Amino acid sequence: MTLSILLMVSSALFCIGLLAALSRRHAIFILIGIEMMLAAANINFIAFWRYNAQPQPTGVIVAIFAIAIAAAEAAVGLALIIAIYRHYRTTNVDQLDRLKG
Amino acid sequence: MINIAFFIIAALTLGSALAAATNPKLMHAALSFAIAFVGVSTLFFWLGAEFVGLVQIFVYIGAVAVLIVFTILLTRREGEQLRGFNWSGVVVALAVFAGLVWSILKSPSMSILPPEVSPLTVKRIGEVLMSDYVWPLMGVGVLLTVALLGALILAMEDKRE
Amino acid sequence: MHFLPPGHDLIASFVSALLNISGVLIVFLTLFAAMSVLERKILGRMQNRYGPNRVGPFGLLQPVADGIKMLIKEDIVPARADKVVHFLAPIIIAAVAMLTLGIIPYGRNMTPLSIDGGILFFFAIGSTTELAVFMAGWGSNNKFSMLGAMRAIAQMVSYELPLIITTLPVVMIVGSLSPDQIVAAQSKYWFVFTPWGLAAFLLFFTSGLVESNRTPFDVPEGESEIVAGHMTEYSGFKYATFFLAEYFGMFAISGLAVTLFLGGWHAPLSILRFVPSYIWFFGKLSILLFVFVWARGTLPRTRVDQVMNFAWKFMLPMAFTCVVSAAVWHYAGRGFFAWIWSLVIIAGVYMTLSILLDTKKKFAPRVYRFAE
Repeated sequence: MTLSILLMVSSALFCIGLLAALSRRHAIFILIGIEMMLAAANINFIAFWRYNAQPQPTGVIVAIFAIAIAAAEAAVGLALIIAIYRHYRTTNVDQLDRLKG
Repeated sequence: MINIAFFIIAALTLGSALAAATNPKLMHAALSFAIAFVGVSTLFFWLGAEFVGLVQIFVYIGAVAVLIVFTILLTRREGEQLRGFNWSGVVVALAVFAGLVWSILKSPSMSILPPEVSPLTVKRIGEVLMSDYVWPLMGVGVLLTVALLGALILAMEDKRE
Repeated sequence: MHFLPPGHDLIASFVSALLNISGVLIVFLTLFAAMSVLERKILGRMQNRYGPNRVGPFGLLQPVADGIKMLIKEDIVPARADKVVHFLAPIIIAAVAMLTLGIIPYGRNMTPLSIDGGILFFFAIGSTTELAVFMAGWGSNNKFSMLGAMRAIAQMVSYELPLIITTLPVVMIVGSLSPDQIVAAQSKYWFVFTPWGLAAFLLFFTSGLVESNRTPFDVPEGESEIVAGHMTEYSGFKYATFFLAEYFGMFAISGLAVTLFLGGWHAPLSILRFVPSYIWFFGKLSILLFVFVWARGTLPRTRVDQVMNFAWKFMLPMAFTCVVSAAVWHYAGRGFFAWIWSLVIIAGVYMTLSILLDTKKKFAPRVYRFAE
């Protein structure tokens, strides 16, 4: 199993996340797309750590930090979506075009 | 055998990720998102990073997926259909994918096999986190606290109205 | 898990995995059957009646009759239910409950799945239950199911925090997340005999009662309020699967409590070492299971707001106190004075909380009103 196959899997996951973030109109699924892209990046970090024989587990540490930050981002993002829904009564990002509060 | 396991995991992950990205039924898409992230964490297990895989399951399935399904329930409206799908996104995603695959195939340094290493223990991760990465760790702690408070304030009902 | 060498080693590991799985399943399915009849008999004794005594000697074959009844019952799926989600929910719940049983050391060298981060594995896999409960509630397309699932998730999320934080002192003192090493560290004394260990054990056990949705915290499936919670629309074998998952979750939580605080498979006295280690483990496990049944027979069901207030205002501060107290115990040398200091901290916080949380509500005699 070479590294390039793993990288292809992670880039496929990244592009699926990009597809979700670009094509979906529902705000939650844009967030899900971003989470998928972060997960693809994590796969890359872990893969590069595994295929590179160095003692320091830097890739693993970066992946752990990325997961923590992604969790914080998801919590704030979902709270924002709920706040927006309460105000505008929609979660469709195309309809959120008013600058006035 | 191990390669077969990898391909099954990869196919499951990518298939459910695609379902999460395109399924018009919101709840089914959210549940396939959960399956996709189980697949990603299995991939971490397969790569020998058990701790990250467990943290991934813990954070994403135990917390983020539950948050997402709750948000879907809270923002659901009867009769509203959000079937909008922007087809230009497909083109962009395919173009990016083609570019990435092309660059991976063009670089011969990527087609290497994994070296034999001793498995990474949780103790080692803890030691590294507490010595070399102690400032980033504290930063993440502060960030999580701020995110917790921020999310709470954002989602709280306005009492004045 | 990672990079097994090719050839016969793979087959050997496969066979050993199968043996492990079948061993765990046989033992715990038997325990499930025994528990289901013993619980009813103990409850019967507590309520001044006999309990099941018709099938077989002393009614001990009751689980067989129950199993046949569950298997041949009609399996009803609501017409407007989400068929796939409705079908998957009991499977996921049962699978998760069985997986969590895997990391517990049942005896000397008797851990089915010994991985480095065993405790983390337990909680990571266990947290998947919440999503499965949600799937059951949402897939049934029933208001009672959804309400039950909401209640279940709310209380499981709230009590997961004290549950995990009370394991932290043990992990801190031992310096490992692996259950085997935690048991090995308790060969001299069990952690329940230290002040922080006792407090953490009580908090852990209470959280475990909530996590497995048992009385007095069976708010999600309170029969008198919301039929059967997220299990309302399930019948026949699927309902039996939920039942099985509840019992397996109970076994797993009790097993982890034994592993973390009650010395795992260690004998209480060194002269009793000749008794096989797994007998000690299952002895301690059955005592904890009896306490589960005892609590069910004794305590009335709590209200939803009481459960949540208790979690956030009492359990969580006490759990953090256990962590601090364990740290003090460690740095004060683990001796007699460490014991005293640790006790002082826990008692101080307990007293402060009891003063702060006192709502000055005076209890009046209950007034009965009858229809006229």
